This record gives sequence, C-alpha cells and structure tokens, in this order.
Amino acid sequence: MKRRNYLEYLESESVSLIREVAEEFENPAILFSGGKDSLLLIHLAVRAFWPAKVPFKIVHVDTGHNFPETIAFRDELVKRFGLDLVVGSVEDSIRRGTAADEKGPDATRNRIQSVTLLETIEKHRFDALIGGARRDEEKARAKERFFSHRNEFGEWDPKNQRPELWSLFNCKKAVGESFRVFPLNNWTEMDVWNYIHYRGIEVPSLYFAHKREVFVRHGILYAVTPFKPPLPNEKPYEAEVRFRTIGDATCTGALVSSAKTVPEVIAEVAELKTTERGTRADDKVSETAMEDRKKQGYF
Amino acid sequence: MSNPTNFDLLKVAFIGNVDDGKSTLIGRLFHDTDSIFEDQRSELERSSARRGETKLNLALFTDGLRAEREQGITIDIAYRYFATERRKFIVVDCPGHFQYTRNMITGCSTVDAVVVLIDAENYVRHGLMEQTKRHLAIASLLGIRGFVVGVNKMDLVGYDESVFRRIADDVRAAAMKVGAPDLHLIPISAVDGDNVVARSEKLPWYPGATLLTTLETLNVGARDAAAAFRFPVQRVIRGATATNPNFRGYAGRIASGTVRVGDEIAVGVSGFRSKVRGIHTFDEPERRVASAPDSIVLTLEDEIDVSRGDLLAELPRAPRTGSEITARICWLGATSADPATTYLVKHHHRYLKAKLVGVRKKLDISTLVATEGDEALGLNEIGEVSLKLSQPVAFDAYAENRTTGSVIVIDPRTNQTVGAGLFL
Repeated sequence: MKRRNYLEYLESESVSLIREVAEEFENPAILFSGGKDSLLLIHLAVRAFWPAKVPFKIVHVDTGHNFPETIAFRDELVKRFGLDLVVGSVEDSIRRGTAADEKGPDATRNRIQSVTLLETIEKHRFDALIGGARRDEEKARAKERFFSHRNEFGEWDPKNQRPELWSLFNCKKAVGESFRVFPLNNWTEMDVWNYIHYRGIEVPSLYFAHKREVFVRHGILYAVTPFKPPLPNEKPYEAEVRFRTIGDATCTGALVSSAKTVPEVIAEVAELKTTERGTRADDKVSETAMEDRKKQGYF
Repeated sequence: MSNPTNFDLLKVAFIGNVDDGKSTLIGRLFHDTDSIFEDQRSELERSSARRGETKLNLALFTDGLRAEREQGITIDIAYRYFATERRKFIVVDCPGHFQYTRNMITGCSTVDAVVVLIDAENYVRHGLMEQTKRHLAIASLLGIRGFVVGVNKMDLVGYDESVFRRIADDVRAAAMKVGAPDLHLIPISAVDGDNVVARSEKLPWYPGATLLTTLETLNVGARDAAAAFRFPVQRVIRGATATNPNFRGYAGRIASGTVRVGDEIAVGVSGFRSKVRGIHTFDEPERRVASAPDSIVLTLEDEIDVSRGDLLAELPRAPRTGSEITARICWLGATSADPATTYLVKHHHRYLKAKLVGVRKKLDISTLVATEGDEALGLNEIGEVSLKLSQPVAFDAYAENRTTGSVIVIDPRTNQTVGAGLFL
C-alpha cells in the first residue's frame, strides 16, 4: 500500500474540518483574501465536497488597495470552480461613515477592514466564517482553536476559549453569535508550499520573482502603488522581488528574490531567517497587535 | 529549517504544575534547534528588555497573549511547529494552573506524548505537587502512550543526583498508580539548556539521552493498521462523476483500520449490511484501499439507510451498541454535574440528549486512589458515571478507539462544553 505522506495527513484533517462546517452551520462562508492560504482553503473545499460543488459562499473583503493581479486571479478562480462570490467593500463602509481612513503616510486599511467584514457578516447573516489563518504565523494565532467562538459583536475572548477535545467540535451557539473556523491551523508556511507543489496548484504571479518599482520605509520594501506613494526622501528603484504574503498593497512588504517557480520558492523559504509576517507592517504596531485586532473581529 | 514531508510526526504536549518551566523549556528547545526566526528573536529581545530582564525570556515565545505576558503565566494552550532530520513535531504548551485544567485537557486530547515538567527546587521544599499528579492522571486517562519527565531547574539544586533520584522514585510511584508505567526521566535546566538539545557536562552522572533525542526516538506505537475499521459518516454527498451521474457517497475520515473495495461492512446500530463498492477522493477518483486517518468518500453496493452520525464498521469485529454506557468523565464546568439535568453529548458526528446518572467512583487527586461515592462531580474532578443516552449508539471502549469511544458533554443552557467522556 502506498505510504501516505504528511501533506496528505494535513489535507485529510482540513477536509474533515471543512465538511464539519457544512453540516454544523446554516450559512457558512469562506473568507478569501487573495493570498495563498485562502486559495489553498478553496482547493481543499473543492476536495471536501467533490463530486458535488462547494456549498459555501466565498467572501472577499476588498480594501480597495489590492494589487490588480489579486482581483484578476480571484475572478478567474471563481469562474473555474463555479463559486458564489460576495464582495464587501471598505470604500462602501467609508462612504457610509461606518469606517474612516487612517491619516498619514503609513495609513493602511488593515484595521478598518474588520468593520467591513463584520458588516458583511451581518448583512448576509453568516453564522460561520472559514479563514486561512495558521497557528505558525503569529503568537496570538498560535492560541487559536479550530472552531473559535465569537460573541454577537464578532469579538474573540482569548482568556475564555471553549475546550476543544479530540475531533469533537461543539458548534452550539446563541442567536447572533458566530464561529470562525481555521482548517489550516496545523499547516506551516513550508507545508503550504510543499502542498501547492504536490497538488500542482496555481498561485498568483505576485508570489514569484518579477521586476517592479519599490522603495524602502522602516526597513521594509514596499511596492510603489497609488495607495502608498513614496515620500520625497524615499527614492524608488526597480528591483526583482516577490511577495511572501499578500495582504493589501499598503502593508505588504516585498522580498528581494529570484525564485520564479514553486520549487525555487520552496528552496528559498527553507533558507529564510525571518517569519512570513516579518514583512507585515500591520503586526508591528504593538507587542500584541494581532491579538488586539483579533479581539475586534479581525481574522 | 529542516523540512521533511514524511509521515513521522510526533504531537507532544508540555504539562506539569505552574511555574515548573514549561514555556521556558519550549522556548529553549526551539532556540537550541535553531527554530526561532530572527524577527521572533528580536521581538523576544524587545519584550524581555521592556520587562527589565537582562536574559532572553524564552517563555514569551509561546506566551503570546497580553494577559499571559502581564502575569507571566500560561492561560491557554499554544501550538508551535518544528522539524529535525528525524521527525516533525507539533508542540503544545499547556497551562499549569488548576484554573485552566480544561485548556490542558484540550491540549492533551490529540497528542501522542507528553513532557511532564517537575521543578526540582520546589520538590525539595514541598514534595510532588498535587497538580503534577493530576496532570499525570489526566494524560494517562486520555490514553497517551509516551511519557517523558523533565526534572527541571537542576541548576537550583546544585545538579544533585540524589534529588533527581528522589523525584524519580516519587514520580514513578505516582505514575504507576494512574497506569503510566513507562517513564523517560531526564534531569534538565531549561533556562541554561542543560540536556535539552545538547548534553550537559554539569550532569555527568546522567548517562541517558537529551530531551530532543528522547523525543526524536520515542516510540508511541505506529498507528495501528490492524485495528478494526471504523468510519463515522460525516456527510452524504450527492453529485455527478465522469462515470456516475447519480453519485451518492458517504464522506468521512477513517477513525481506525483499513478498508478495501469489496469489504463487507455493517451500519452502526441498525445492523444493515452491505459491501464497499468504491473508495473515492478528488485526486484519486477510484481507490482500492484507504486507511486511518484518510478523509474519503465511500460508496456501497446496496441502497441502505445511512446518514450523518452513523458508524460504518467492519465485520466480524463490530462495535458495541447501547444507550446506557459506563464512562469516565472529566468535568470541566464551573457548576457541578447535575443528575437531574438533560445535557447534550456529541459522539463523533452526532448529538444526543444525555443524563449523567450515578457517580460511581471518583479519583482522589491527592492520593490517586479511586473512592466510592455518589456525590456530584465538581470542576476538574474525574469520576465514573453511567451515561444514559436518548438513542442507542454504536461505540467502542476509549482504550480501543479514541474516536468512537469519546464524547463531549454540552450544557444546553449555556452551550458550553462542560465535560469530556471516555467510554469504559
């Protein structure tokens, strides 16, 4: 008999978790950010329900500051798997006055996207949202359950999480409360790339080395975009870079790299001395920046 | 960073009393295997300095919550991942506080091995702590097979072999009482890294392996391929495949054993029989064989009634069936278990109403002896009860099968998980 490898073990765990969501909740959805982890979620969901279609809506919170490649890739994916896409727009929240842009050159919409997310959940009455967060990413995420309870304001209470025994998930909740579910909890960045290679999954071109205009701020390499223009003293220059994570363009740092294929990315990741989120400005606001955002309803 | 994709995975939880150094030891293990990234390290340096500490505070590596860092304790479990050339590890840091025992149980319910930490200096003053015994008892109860005992803070007792021997004798006796006879005992200092990854010259009288080598070579028993086939049905999937426009299959994750096309199976309580017609996955639409823990879709030869919550099992090794089952319960609720209350239990993919009647035995944590009695189970107590279910279920003893032998107890008034049940 063929010996199953570790990647198939992770795949099996995630598939089982995604199926459980479909059974336990009335109106679940998958949160799609455009990054490789949420892309992986969609591929795992396709596996979980094959030969039937994915029975979930796909939710994308559009900050309005995305790389154009992200949106193009999203639309292609939706078409290919016949997915049902819902877009929540941060611009709309700002126009309605429920969210306000931060000021200054380091402004991002990273924090206010939680507002749009919660509005989208309320509008569509989603009772469970599946996210691609992984425990190895960040120290607050290292504390997450697979099925994470949220009160009616979408808040996480890390000091009072439900026990989660074996693979028995208590999905009971009061009206208005919801769950966040993290089927990729046990995956590491390396596992994700190995799996992408193993199953031949196509990922956005931003993950591979390409030439683009960049500038340095606070030690982080940013792409020149209309949403984050360089200041007069920050000289833009062309470099061969790739992105290790893809958030919106204002908070995602680039990596100088020549890795143009998945095996080259895997070889590079094996040598890297910093974590994936080491280039994410949004995590550096304070010592517990991620926990603080998660408590507010961020993923 | 090392990156094997083979299946040699060890899930290990670090347990023991509060302040015995669990988080520090995990930090040390990652530090000395070069598994802390540079940005994580500079975050640790900044946070340590902010706390006025001159050395790197390795406990902050897993104590990631604001409240944990404020109080210098672990509140909830944290997961960390690393790999060596030999194995992949999922490391679970568990809280030591009595108050957070339910989080410790959560952390231990899915692991293969535990590292029990004991503070040698504290032992000299107070002996073996009740919480250490409780954690040993819980780990054993949960069916964990690998027990490593780290006798920590040897630096604070002058690396004294006689202290280590006294602790070894005491902890062996305690472990024997709770049915965990095989212990690997290692004298260590988490703060200085003695015997964690590198052998220590300060402990020349200890001839055994370091913590890392012990974890790399620990035999927790290969997942038992000879175990009886058990398949909890999670979802009925209907769709169309290339060869079958009216596909109807049963999706789930194999809990134990192996299944082959053509095998005869029986459906849980109903006893209906059929044969396996096909084993299907997206990547291999027609498989001949599958084993635990694969997630698959099964099709059967006959049109029989099978739905979510049913258990498919091999013949003749069928599961037991019943609606009144003796179970060990770890009570996790703030209010005591009430025999008059109707609770909800979840047994693999099925919810049932349940009553906890007749607490027969309770484990006294200070003596590790089971006492007779019919008092109600309180928070963090372990007792043997009769679980009366609204419907009969197909099940196995927990000792034989973690999936078909376990339930969680939910209080329908609060929706909280208030108990962990293990069938006897």
